[in-house]
Amino acid sequence: MSDMNWQPRIVAFFCSWCTYTAADLAGVSRFRYAPNVRIIRLMCSGRIDPQFVLCALADGADGVLIGGCHPGDCHYAEGNFKTFRRYRMILRLLADMGVAGDRVRLEWISASEGERVKTVINEMVERIRALGPLDIPGRFAACDSEILESADAIRLPQCKETHDVVPEVVHG
Amino acid sequence: MSNDESIRTGFYVCHCGHNISDVVDCTAVARYASTLAGVMVSRDYKYMCSSPGQELIRQDILEHKLNRVVVASCSPLLHEHTFRNAVAAGGLNPFLFQMVNIREHDAWVHADRAAATAKAQALVSAAIRRVALHKPLQATRAPIHPDVLVVGGGIAGIHAALTLANAGKKVYLVERQPSIGGHMAQFDKTFPTLDCAACILTPKMSAVRSHKNIVLWTYSEVAKVDGYVGNYTVTVRRKARYVDENLCVGCQECIDACVFKVPKFPDPFNLGMSMQKPIYIPFPQAVPQAAVIDPDRCIQLKTGKCKKTCVEACADRKAINLNQKEQLLEIKVGSIITATGFKLFDAKRLPEYGYGRYPDVMTTIELERLVSSSGPTGGELRLRSGKPPTAVGFILCVGSRDMRTNRWCSRTCCMHSMKLAQIVRERTGAQVTVFYIDIRAPGKGYEEFYDRSLQQGVQFVRGRVAEVSDCALSPDEAGKLVIRVEDTLAGFVRRVPLDLVVLAVGMEPQADAQEMRRILNMSCSAEGWFLEKHPKMAPVSTFTDGVFIAGCCQGPKDIPDSIAQAGAAAAEALALIDAGGIDQEPNTAYIRGEECSGCKSCISLCPYAAISFDAEKQKAVINPALCKGCGTCVASCPSGSIGQNLFEDQEVFEEINGVLDYV
Ligand code: FES
Repeated sequence: MSDMNWQPRIVAFFCSWCTYTAADLAGVSRFRYAPNVRIIRLMCSGRIDPQFVLCALADGADGVLIGGCHPGDCHYAEGNFKTFRRYRMILRLLADMGVAGDRVRLEWISASEGERVKTVINEMVERIRALGPLDIPGRFAACDSEILESADAIRLPQCKETHDVVPEVVHG
Repeated sequence: MSNDESIRTGFYVCHCGHNISDVVDCTAVARYASTLAGVMVSRDYKYMCSSPGQELIRQDILEHKLNRVVVASCSPLLHEHTFRNAVAAGGLNPFLFQMVNIREHDAWVHADRAAATAKAQALVSAAIRRVALHKPLQATRAPIHPDVLVVGGGIAGIHAALTLANAGKKVYLVERQPSIGGHMAQFDKTFPTLDCAACILTPKMSAVRSHKNIVLWTYSEVAKVDGYVGNYTVTVRRKARYVDENLCVGCQECIDACVFKVPKFPDPFNLGMSMQKPIYIPFPQAVPQAAVIDPDRCIQLKTGKCKKTCVEACADRKAINLNQKEQLLEIKVGSIITATGFKLFDAKRLPEYGYGRYPDVMTTIELERLVSSSGPTGGELRLRSGKPPTAVGFILCVGSRDMRTNRWCSRTCCMHSMKLAQIVRERTGAQVTVFYIDIRAPGKGYEEFYDRSLQQGVQFVRGRVAEVSDCALSPDEAGKLVIRVEDTLAGFVRRVPLDLVVLAVGMEPQADAQEMRRILNMSCSAEGWFLEKHPKMAPVSTFTDGVFIAGCCQGPKDIPDSIAQAGAAAAEALALIDAGGIDQEPNTAYIRGEECSGCKSCISLCPYAAISFDAEKQKAVINPALCKGCGTCVASCPSGSIGQNLFEDQEVFEEINGVLDYV
């Protein structure tokens, strides 16, 4: 990915009742914000499986935004408390993986806070822009080719003598 | 792809007139979609939600044997239903459909055409990948309990309750004050007809009391609401009134007999301008016509050491029960109408107007009581000195249209003030000046009412008043209240001496609106008004099915608008009841039995106790009738053995992949 044309790519998971509705309201109010966020609707932020976040990053997102109702306001009473717990876990996981924690952000945005959707998205885009590309797919590819190269290096001397089957490099 | 049938998707992108196509290149989106896997037809059209647009979908399903449909247009919260019906009309299961929001989430929030088009394409790619995994689903139909709860007994609540009751439905009307009637009961006359407020309100109040289909609970509050559309369990707290309202005949003998010979406690109905005793009837036309005892003021209830002359006076009627306790009652209803009204802006928050400091600065509602024939002075308008006023000024937009307090227009204060201005002129002949920013008289007959005010000699000065003071700079200001205002039409600062200043205080959400919102699982606007589902298309519905809103709890409005909205809310509730049931989104979670390891971690996560444990099979079981589809258990199952209809893991993964497709 050429750095010149790089634009932050952010996947957002919004609960249908508050934050998704707030994003609708932002539209109705014609608040302009950066076009880098792609919103995926779920019924409740509690539905957000940590795998969704990891999958988004692994598939090329530079950041993930999670939006739910304010604590106490979840349409399903307490889904967002579960989200909060999971969010803490995701942050620890990311830290272990060497991914900056602020690439994943959790925000409580109620149905009436259209303007907040704008602010949060713009802030998020700026934050990710400052952090630069995460590019996990690129890193995976680089990693793969490194393995391939070293496999070649290992293979060459050994294979001269024997005609053993070369172990196949599995592509990630 | 999950099954053997090959995926045949129809894709449609809507221009929404120019709403979408001005920013998103719809033709390019359609062209892009046609290159995606499984897409058989890809079209762009001006208005997909119109009947020709829907017909297009139906025709294509038949002609091209489509088995999936994706529409990119507005928010699914607005038109998902419309398109699902169109898909069903083509003979396809309505859930083999996915909607893409490229209006609210794209065209309306971006200006860069290339970026907006790329975003639309990414979102479309997500939906097309996702829809391939959709399964046919069946919406479940929840039965609707025919009884309705109306919260709030102001004019909106009264009207809604009567409409429903007249249609033969049983209504519980819960009002927190000891009488129904709300703010309207305090009014003398109503604009623009100047008809007597009591004469139009009190018959409706008594109709509520005597209606066989209405259970009226005054002095009561909604404490808790459980359940969902069609099937709500509501706990109502009935505060102790210490008088049995079914036995009390409203004779007031107890009040006369009270050991407090003279009333000495401020009467809230007259805003403290008259006094009442610890046992009282809120106002003469109160419904129910039954006394109430204030436990903070009654000697017996406070100290247990009173002669209980009231009980004696009540004698055989035995209506007074000093041992009455607060009661919690549980009722079942299918729908709820919230008509909890508003509170008035506290004029003390704007100290420059001198409210609370100068006795002759009052609010519109206080003046309303003073000119009312049932008010503390019998309708005679007097200054606090006892003299009749000769020069009266009204300050509009007090606590409205003001960046420091409330930004909204309270909508009624212009008309309300002009009404009072006319009454004051008529009754006292005083000179009346209205200080306004803009006169807003947009209702039927309202502009004519403004004209009439002018004809009656009411003066209008355009400008926001800077201050009200009593410091005289000239002899004719001596002993008067002086308004300092920039007259923006004449272009200079005026000082206007007056002897009565009336503040047209605006409306605010009730102090406990947030609490109410939580109890009913509604949303509030940023200002605190209850939020309607859609400002135009669903103005009395909320995001919670079966909960409707009417009157000023949704935003400031006048009596005709409150009544119209109450009627609409009642009609919505009726439509729900008479439909006999409501289709529920089939987004329930389910356990994939083979995979469940029986760890039970999901069980405690469910807020609805929908998950139980089958001890014999050692597996969790989800009861679809109780599951509300939040998906919290799905996200937390360690073995990934819980699925959620409409939001399967794989479907979300495809969406993630799709939105990251850059074009
Ligand atoms: S519904 Fe919004 S967080 Fe649960």
